[in-house]
Amino acid sequence: MEFSTLIQVLDSGVRLGIPLLLACLAGLYSERSGVFDIGLEGKMLMGAFAAGAVASITGSAWLGLAAAIGGSLALAAIHGLASITFRGNQLISGVAINFLASGLTVLIGQNLFHLGGRTPPIKGAARFESITLPGADALRDVPVIGPVYYDLISGHTILVYIAFAIVPLTWFLLFRTRFGLRLRAVGENPESVDTAGVSVLRLRYTAVAMAGILCGIAGAYLATSAPSAGFGKEMTAGKGFIALAALIFANWRPWRALGATMLFGVLEAVAIRFQNIDVGLFVVPVQFMQALPYILTVVILAGFIGKATPPRAGGQAYVKER
Amino acid sequence: MTLMKQFLGAAATLALCAGPALADPALIYDLGGKFDKSFNEAAFGGAERWKAETGGSYKELEMQSEAQREQALRRLAETGANPIVMTGFAFGDVLNTVAPDYPNTRFAIIDMVVDQPNVRSVVFTEEQGSYLVGIMAGMASKTGTVGFIGGMDIPLIRKFGCGYAQGVKAANPAAKVIQNMTGTTPTAWNDPVKGAELTASQVSQGADVIYAAAGGTGIGVLQAAADAGILSIGVDSNQNHLQPGKVLTSMLKRVDNAVYDAFMSGTDLETGINVMDLAAGGVGFAMDDNNAALVSPEMLAAVEAAAAKIISGEIMVHDYMSDNTCPVN
Repeated sequence: MEFSTLIQVLDSGVRLGIPLLLACLAGLYSERSGVFDIGLEGKMLMGAFAAGAVASITGSAWLGLAAAIGGSLALAAIHGLASITFRGNQLISGVAINFLASGLTVLIGQNLFHLGGRTPPIKGAARFESITLPGADALRDVPVIGPVYYDLISGHTILVYIAFAIVPLTWFLLFRTRFGLRLRAVGENPESVDTAGVSVLRLRYTAVAMAGILCGIAGAYLATSAPSAGFGKEMTAGKGFIALAALIFANWRPWRALGATMLFGVLEAVAIRFQNIDVGLFVVPVQFMQALPYILTVVILAGFIGKATPPRAGGQAYVKER
Repeated sequence: MTLMKQFLGAAATLALCAGPALADPALIYDLGGKFDKSFNEAAFGGAERWKAETGGSYKELEMQSEAQREQALRRLAETGANPIVMTGFAFGDVLNTVAPDYPNTRFAIIDMVVDQPNVRSVVFTEEQGSYLVGIMAGMASKTGTVGFIGGMDIPLIRKFGCGYAQGVKAANPAAKVIQNMTGTTPTAWNDPVKGAELTASQVSQGADVIYAAAGGTGIGVLQAAADAGILSIGVDSNQNHLQPGKVLTSMLKRVDNAVYDAFMSGTDLETGINVMDLAAGGVGFAMDDNNAALVSPEMLAAVEAAAAKIISGEIMVHDYMSDNTCPVN
């Protein structure tokens, strides 16, 4: 494989991996606090719709981003209310959110724009355009470093850099602060946190809200970050579920989440670039590459490589002892 | 129970007898959705044209999931809708089981052949239309590399790609055609993000004209192609207006005509296989104000000459679905 092809595939992998990364981190916060969240898909979809709609009306991508976070937070609040306050089944609440987002986005979109649930194509300031990092043009012709810096590192939209910055932030927040310790504890053993006099409900709500914010950014990325230009019906196309797979693959850890989502992104990019890969003895069909993220997740879950240990109190509503 | 059955049977017979008197035609859209700016929207356009001309009314139903197909079809048939038109190959199996249960209802299916006495199977010669836009792509390309992005990987979409490749090679035998499929599940019809990514990948491989036959995914392809400053080709409906001055042309598949014809013939719908080819105006290419500046007189002359030769039988465009292979790549 040529070097330039490698760079292009990695570059494409980053673009495809970013929504997965954001959704995966969203799931990380929520599940670390003991609230399972299969509504990532629905929250992303709502975020994408809000971003596309508001950006096309106001002409500002930043207002679109704010709306995306707002829309996603609203669904997160429903999830929190149902599964934390009312102690409902977290999985069912998540499924309901996915259905709700799927129907609501198209319904509102059709009423607003009469384009069959699509938002009008957006241009200019309504869209996050790719930015060229300082010095990228100057370094462009330097061998090896030039293409890596110019094509791979530079030339993404601001949301990509924000997403990457959130990874160390998440790590710091979860593993180096008091808040993070409590958040992780509430997902392992909520009784002990309660005994220490810290509100389990408030911690879980905070975590679910974090998930809402991150899903909103992921949605805004899908709808308003170049090369995308607007919301389309069901545009998340299962990314929320792939992000959940990545979360298991990453064993609920932020740095590994980065690795897992980028790996999944690159695998998808490879499948896009090479329809069938001839490895000499036989041809690897493109479907195999597309299925590989799921196969890897199943392998991890089955315990062949490493071991997936989910937060122990995950999926259980907390009932305070009297 | 038996009594209940008899009652139900009587009610059903009554409904069937009453049916023809107030039979409204019905239209079922496939999973891409009614407003996909492409295949299903063309069907909607045909139904609306019928409505405007005759003042009649029709029932319509948009599929939300794979599981609804049989239920939706049966429900429409029970309400006495006649004829029932459905868009999309995926209805084939379901219609094959449902059609014999409603012998007095006429069905029309687009893009699939269903061998039942009360079914009209409308098929298009997409390879001919794709061949024509392929000629335009081959002539418009400066790099000698053109792209094709299909939706779900099914023989029907391969047929588009194969006809296109043949047209490109006819215009420029040295040209390279890069072909990609979006996916293998129905979500592949609605993934503009991946469409844009596929476009970026093909652009980086040198493609400067990209033909999208991918339903809603194609919107992302057309957008990404316009962003990259290259040309694209739309499909099914006239998509030239989506990116004015950036879409070379659109391969028209006159699903609207098929729906319109079926609605017009009403309950007297002729059954059997109905081939909508170039000669019958079933396929073609779109010319309007948006792409007039992009198409040179030579290109137009070449395409029109090829169209005449296809109609006269001088050029035979290979149909991928006849043997599941393509003579050119």
